[in-house]
Amino acid sequence: MTAFRKVWYMNMENTPLLEMRNIKKDFFGNQVLSDINLTLREGEVIGLVGENGAGKSTLMRILFGANMIRETGGYGGEILLNGEVQKFESPFDAIEAGIGMVHQEFSLIPGFTTTENILLNREPKKKNLISEIFGERMNTLNRGEMEKKAADAIEMMGVNIDPKMVISDMPVGHKQFTEIARELSKEQLKLLILDEPTAVLTEKEAEALLDAIRGMAKRGIAIIFITHRLQEILSVCDRVVVMRDGYIVNESPAKETNVGQITKWMVGRDVKNSGAALETRNHENARTILSIEKLWVDMPGETVRNVNLEVKEGEILGIGGLAGQGKLGIPNGIMGLYPSGGKITFDGKDIPLNAPKKCLDSSFAFVSEDRRGVGLLLDETLEWNIAFPAMQIQNKFLKNYLGGLIKWRDEKAIKVVTDQYIKELAIKCTSSKQKAKELSGGNQQKVCLAKAFALEPRLLFVSEPTRGIDVGAKALVLDALKKFNRENGVTVVIVSSELEELRQSCDRIAIVSGGKIAGILPASSSVEELGALMLSQVI
Amino acid sequence: MNEKAINKKEKSWFGKLVESYGLPRLIITAFLLLLLILAPFVGADLPTQVSNIIARFSWNGILVLAMVPMVHSGCGLNFGLPLGIISGLLGATMSIEFGFTGPLSFVMAILIATPFALVLGTVYGWLLNKIKGGEMMIATYVGFSSVSLMCMMWLILPYKSPNMVWGLSGKGLRTTISLEGYYNEVLANFLRIRIGNLDIPVGTLLFFTVLALGIWAFLHTKTGTAMTAVGSNPTFARAAGINVDKMRLLSVVMSTWLAAVGILVYEQGFGFVQLYMAPFYMALPAVSAILIGGATVNKATIMNVIIGTILFQGIVTMTPTVMNNMIHMDMSEVIRIIVSNGMILYALTRKTEGAK
Repeated sequence: MTAFRKVWYMNMENTPLLEMRNIKKDFFGNQVLSDINLTLREGEVIGLVGENGAGKSTLMRILFGANMIRETGGYGGEILLNGEVQKFESPFDAIEAGIGMVHQEFSLIPGFTTTENILLNREPKKKNLISEIFGERMNTLNRGEMEKKAADAIEMMGVNIDPKMVISDMPVGHKQFTEIARELSKEQLKLLILDEPTAVLTEKEAEALLDAIRGMAKRGIAIIFITHRLQEILSVCDRVVVMRDGYIVNESPAKETNVGQITKWMVGRDVKNSGAALETRNHENARTILSIEKLWVDMPGETVRNVNLEVKEGEILGIGGLAGQGKLGIPNGIMGLYPSGGKITFDGKDIPLNAPKKCLDSSFAFVSEDRRGVGLLLDETLEWNIAFPAMQIQNKFLKNYLGGLIKWRDEKAIKVVTDQYIKELAIKCTSSKQKAKELSGGNQQKVCLAKAFALEPRLLFVSEPTRGIDVGAKALVLDALKKFNRENGVTVVIVSSELEELRQSCDRIAIVSGGKIAGILPASSSVEELGALMLSQVI
Repeated sequence: MNEKAINKKEKSWFGKLVESYGLPRLIITAFLLLLLILAPFVGADLPTQVSNIIARFSWNGILVLAMVPMVHSGCGLNFGLPLGIISGLLGATMSIEFGFTGPLSFVMAILIATPFALVLGTVYGWLLNKIKGGEMMIATYVGFSSVSLMCMMWLILPYKSPNMVWGLSGKGLRTTISLEGYYNEVLANFLRIRIGNLDIPVGTLLFFTVLALGIWAFLHTKTGTAMTAVGSNPTFARAAGINVDKMRLLSVVMSTWLAAVGILVYEQGFGFVQLYMAPFYMALPAVSAILIGGATVNKATIMNVIIGTILFQGIVTMTPTVMNNMIHMDMSEVIRIIVSNGMILYALTRKTEGAK
C-alpha cells in the first residue's frame, strides 16, 4: 500500500461513507420516520429489519432520491456521502453519486441476454462511418468489451451465471443476480441497497447470494440488506439495525445478538407496559362455528398453502403473520374473491368456495383490506356504500310493488340506517349524501365497518382494519369491533399485521407463516412467543 | 378596475352555477342562446327554428337515452349503437313487408324489432364481457362490421314489397324508403300543437318521456342499483354477491333494444327508413350529445340526456341557418358537417374526464 493510499484509507476511516442525520418524514401529518441516524462505512454490511410499516422502505426511498418522497413534501434532516451533504432530486442523482438499489420486483428485459441487461444504455461503443456523419447515436455496440464488463460484474459476486443466456430462460435466482450485477457494473458504485433480495430465492440460491454479499463487501462496497429472514442477517451482516414505528429502536453488532432478541426488538412495543386485552375470554368449551380444512388460496403475493383452523362461536380470533405469508389470503379466499380450494364448514353446513353470493347468504361479512379497491363505491354516497350489500343480499331497504315484481329502493330507510351508523361510529362527514372518496382513510374504514354491520352477519371477517389510519381512529375502529362482538354475539376474525393490535382486541391469535397456521396462542401470550411463530416457517 | 372584487362577490351564485352545470355546458348554452337571439336579425324565423330544435330533439332523444344503461354498468359509451339500429330497421322493413299500415305498422315494427334486439344484444353483451376494459373500441368495430354485413343482407333478403325494393330488378331494398302511408309522423301527430309557425310534436315527446321515466324508475330498483354499483366498482359489486357479467349483459341488451326503438321513432319523425350505410352515422351524434349533456364514461343521468340532446341538436340546426343567412350563400351542408363533427370532436375530448 502506498503512503498516499494509506492516508486516504485512514481518512475514510474517519468520515463514514454514508451518514444519515436526523432524518424525518411525514405523509400529510402522519409521522412515519422520526430522528433516524445511521452511519455506514466502506465495505460494511448492515441488516435493516422491522415489521411492515416500520419505515424501512420509506427510509430507503429517501436515500435513493425517489420522486414519491419529493412529491409528498420532501424530508427533514440531511444525508452525507463521504462527508458531503447530498440532496438528490431523482434516483439518477443517487445513481450518479454511487448508490445502487435492487428492488424486490425485477426490472429486466425478458428477451435480452444477461450481458445486454447488465449494460443496458451504458454499452461500450465503436465508431463507424455512419456514426461519424450522423453522430454517436449511430455507434455500434462493442460486443467484446460488453461481455468482458458483464463477466467482471458477475465475477465480483462470485457466482456462476451465463452472460449469454436470455433472461426469460433463467431461474428466478439468476435474474436476481443479473439485477445485482447490473448495479455492480456501474463503476461509481459505493453503496448497494438490497430490498428483500432473497424473498423469491430458493435456499441454495439464497446461500449463493449471501456469499456474493460477502464478496462484494470485501471489495469495499457497503451494503444495506433488508430481509425478513433473520438468520441471513446474522450470517452475513456486521451490524443489525432494527426499526419500529418510524424509529431506530436498536443497533447492535450481529455477533452480539440472536434471532430471539431481534424479534423482540422488532415486534415488542415496551413489552412491560402494553398488556394484552384486559378481558381475554376463554371459548374452549364453545362449539366450533367455522371450520376450515386444507384451504388453499391463489392470491398473488399472499398464497395460502394449507390452512386448517377452527373458529369458536362468539370469540374474536386474530390472524397475524408477516406480509406475504398468506394471512390475507384466508378471508379473501373464503369469501370467493380469489380462486381457492379446500373445505369450509359453517354451523354444520358445507359452504361452497369461489362463490361470493353463497358466503354472504350464509351470513358472512367481510371488510376487505383493500378499502378503495374492494371496500367502497368511491364515487357514490355514504348511503349507497352502507346500504348496498344489505339491499342486494338480504332485500333490506326495499319497497315492494306489484307483489314483489318491482323492488324499489327505499331512500328513506337507507338514510335512517346511514345516519344511525354515522352517529354510532362517529363518522366525520358533511351528510349521508357525501361521496365516499371525500372522506379520510379512518372514516372510510368506518364506512366499511358500517357496511358489514348493516348485513347483521353471524361471522365477520375484518382484514387489516387499521391499515393507514391514525391512532385515534384505530382505537375507535377496534372498539367498534369489540362492541359488535360483545353486544351482538357475532364471531369476529381479525386479520392484521400488527401484533399489538391483535393482542389488545382478540381472544386467541393464530399466526400464519409460509401459507400455513404456525400455531395458535392465547392473546395474553408474550410478543416473543408470537414473534417466533411468525418467523418459524417463512418462505 | 374593481372587477376582481365584483367577481368575488358574485362567485357565490355564478360559482355555484358553474359547479352544478359545468363551464363547458354553460358556454355551449350561451352560444345556443346567442344563435337564437341572432336568428331574427339575420332573417331566420324564430318559431320555425325553435320547432326545428324540438322536432330534432324528439327524433334523437331515445337514441341518446340508449347510452344510459351501458354507462351505468361500466361498459362505457355504446359505440355499437348501429347494432340496435339494425334490429330496428329489420323491424321496420318486416312490418312493411308483412303489409301493416298506419299506426299499426309502428307498433308491429317495435314488436318485430324486439326479438332481434334481444338476440343481437345478448351476443354483443357476451362479447363485451370477454374484453373488459376495451369495450368502447370493440363496440365501435361491432357497429362497423354489423353495418357492412347488413349492406349485403339488405340486397339478399327476400323482400317483395314494391314500396321498398328497387323498381327495375324487383329485388333488393332501396337505400331510402318513404314511410308515407305507414307510420310517418304517427307519434308526432298525436296531440300535436300548432301555433303559427311553432309546431310541437307532443306525442313523440310523450313517448320519449315514458321511456325516460322507465329508465329512471329502473335505476331506482334493486337491479338498477346493482347495475350502477357494477359500473362504479365491479370488485365491490362482486364482493356483495352481484353477478357482474349478468348485470353488464342486461345493460347491453337494454341499450340495444332502446336503440332499436329509438331508430323507429327517428324514422317516424323523419319520414323515411334509411338503410345501408345510414346506421353508421347514428352512433357518434348520440355519443356526443350525452357527453355534452355532462355525462362521463361511467356516470350518466336522464338530465344529461335531455340537456345534451337539446344542446347538440340545437347547435347543429341553428349554426348553419344563422351562418347561411349572414353570408347569403348556401353552404348549409358544409357548415353542418363542420359543426356536427366539431361537436363530436369536442365531446370525445371530454370523455376521459370521468375515467378514474
